[in-house]
Amino acid sequence: MSAQLLTYIFVGLTFALYIAIAIWSRSASTKEFYVAGGHVHPVANGAATAADWMSAASYLSMAGIIAFEGADGARYLMGWTGGYVLLALCMAPYLRKFAKFTVPDFVGDRYYSQAARVVAILCVVFISFTYIAGQMRGVGIVFSRFLEVDIDLGVMIGMGIVFFYAVLGGMKGITYTQVAQYCVLIFAYLVPAIYISLLLTDVPLPMFGFGSTVNDGSGMFLLDKVDGLSQELGLSVFTEGSKSTVDMFFITAALMAGTAGLPHVIVRFFTVPKVRDARISAGYALIFIALLYTTAPAVAAFARLNIIDALDDRAYQTLPDWFSKWEDSGLLAWVDKNEDGRLQYRGGAALEPVKPQYLATRGLSGERELANSPTTNDNEVYIDRDIIVLAHPEIAQLPNWVVALVAAGGLAAALSTAAGLLLVISSAISHDLLRNTLARNLTDRQELRWARVSAAIAIVIAGLFGIYPPGFVAEVVAFAFGLAAASFFPVILLGIFSTRMNREAAIAGMLSGLIFTASYIIFFKFIAPELNAPDHWWFGISPEGVGTLGMLLNFVVSLLVMQVTPPPPQEIQDMVRNIRVPR
Amino acid sequence: MSDPSGLDPEEQEQDAAVQAREQKAYWRANITTLLSLLSVWFLVSFGCGILWVDALNAYQFFGWKLGFWFSQQGSIYTFVVLIFVYVLRMNALDRRFNVDEGQ
Repeated sequence: MSAQLLTYIFVGLTFALYIAIAIWSRSASTKEFYVAGGHVHPVANGAATAADWMSAASYLSMAGIIAFEGADGARYLMGWTGGYVLLALCMAPYLRKFAKFTVPDFVGDRYYSQAARVVAILCVVFISFTYIAGQMRGVGIVFSRFLEVDIDLGVMIGMGIVFFYAVLGGMKGITYTQVAQYCVLIFAYLVPAIYISLLLTDVPLPMFGFGSTVNDGSGMFLLDKVDGLSQELGLSVFTEGSKSTVDMFFITAALMAGTAGLPHVIVRFFTVPKVRDARISAGYALIFIALLYTTAPAVAAFARLNIIDALDDRAYQTLPDWFSKWEDSGLLAWVDKNEDGRLQYRGGAALEPVKPQYLATRGLSGERELANSPTTNDNEVYIDRDIIVLAHPEIAQLPNWVVALVAAGGLAAALSTAAGLLLVISSAISHDLLRNTLARNLTDRQELRWARVSAAIAIVIAGLFGIYPPGFVAEVVAFAFGLAAASFFPVILLGIFSTRMNREAAIAGMLSGLIFTASYIIFFKFIAPELNAPDHWWFGISPEGVGTLGMLLNFVVSLLVMQVTPPPPQEIQDMVRNIRVPR
Repeated sequence: MSDPSGLDPEEQEQDAAVQAREQKAYWRANITTLLSLLSVWFLVSFGCGILWVDALNAYQFFGWKLGFWFSQQGSIYTFVVLIFVYVLRMNALDRRFNVDEGQ
């Protein structure tokens, strides 16, 4: 069967599964809608957290980024897993004991302040929408390439599915769908990785395979072969980084603190029955995540090898048809600089500007011609990083069913994350903004209706982001993490670990962290992008890593303001003492 | 007013003081556990994975350079182990201070 037919079958089957789960697990009360009734088993919550967390970025983009950047990719590997240690040790058990529904709930109650609650609501909505935009792009890429459906139609199908189970099922529906989506996505990620690991090294587990010798009879370690070939072609050395140590440190720290402060992750720990379950559930979540995260760098190393093998010095006319398909999708390009009809894959950007701008005409070998001017280096190939995971099975000539599986996994990753974020947005509006701020006399049934309405509106907005993607999606992701690190993380941490921490300190801390981080990112990304280089950064810290600086500022301001303002009321101090003890 | 515990006010006060002391001791033990685990977390990820990565890369660990392995594999395995050690130690602490949630 063709890969396309198989993709239709796999995607159709998984979608049918998600819908069946949604019908089985409808939510009847706000408690079910927001926190699945608080009855989720810790293993199920771990799997749901993993699917919620691992987005299109983890599934589609991360291995691709590592394939190109090598050692620098460690900032994502460590940043997006190390945050779980902070979550498990410093936040999850205490927030579970607090036993409310949302992050603004905690901020508003702990700091006895509606102003703090509103700041928290704004942050939640901004962070979540930023994130959703990226998921919808992921859905669009998978649909357009594998099902040869128009991107817009693909996004609408994705929206329809999420609409069905998020609006109907709320957190309960989302949780059990996410468990299924985790199984789909991890299976789809591991199967091709194991396959390729066997092909290259004879070792089945990819996380060990990429530390083994290649099976071409040379007895060389795989990574040594990758490094050697890369050096020959003038590509960056895979096991060495080019980012400064300071920048790596700050970016990794921002991603960790950001992970621990992301509302859609935190809220998952409200869904388990006990404090003890919240602790162990973070552990299960990290095991499930680590399966993909320890595989990703192996996939990256394999991909670097396979790409060089498949492309370098090949005649365009003899390339397999995946090349022209991705070329048609606008994610691959070739410019025949030396006019030999063959691809030279070397270091440096092939085109100026970097992203290809296609003309309607075809070149001598049949390639799509470009409006870009060729650069002076020898590299002739442009490869978009986002296609590595999706294209790798084809590049490595794996069977069609594996190719189809990867597409279904990509959709599972993007949809599960989108649904989790939509729920956070809807609860921020119906619960935090309406019930707790604007319309305090809402009944449970009215609130539930509002929760569904706001989820529906949020889906439509998210879909529009997918159909008309703002050009700055990649730029704003740094925003989401930076803001979470500079706002929620310190405020929640101090709220648990200091009984003296008060309203004034929290608001001053959040505002200074937010304003500082936002201005730094906006300045370098939007106002003066031409200055966005290490020479101009403060202490050599890039906008990606500035959330760490914002977080430190938040801590310092909070601790200072705390000294000169009155302590919180006695009942708040008692509440803090109470959440520290499981019983 | 009859008090269900059957204690006179003085004994009640003592009881509350004991409880507060117990709670403080539990919290101190918790903080100690936390700080020791977080120092391992920091040393492995930020230490071996970032600050000392070049020095460690001088050593080979199977097919990896050691620093590279820490930053792309070892730190993740360590994170998983840390959370499970934390769970075990906290469950033991909860029982010792009699604050566990029961079944």
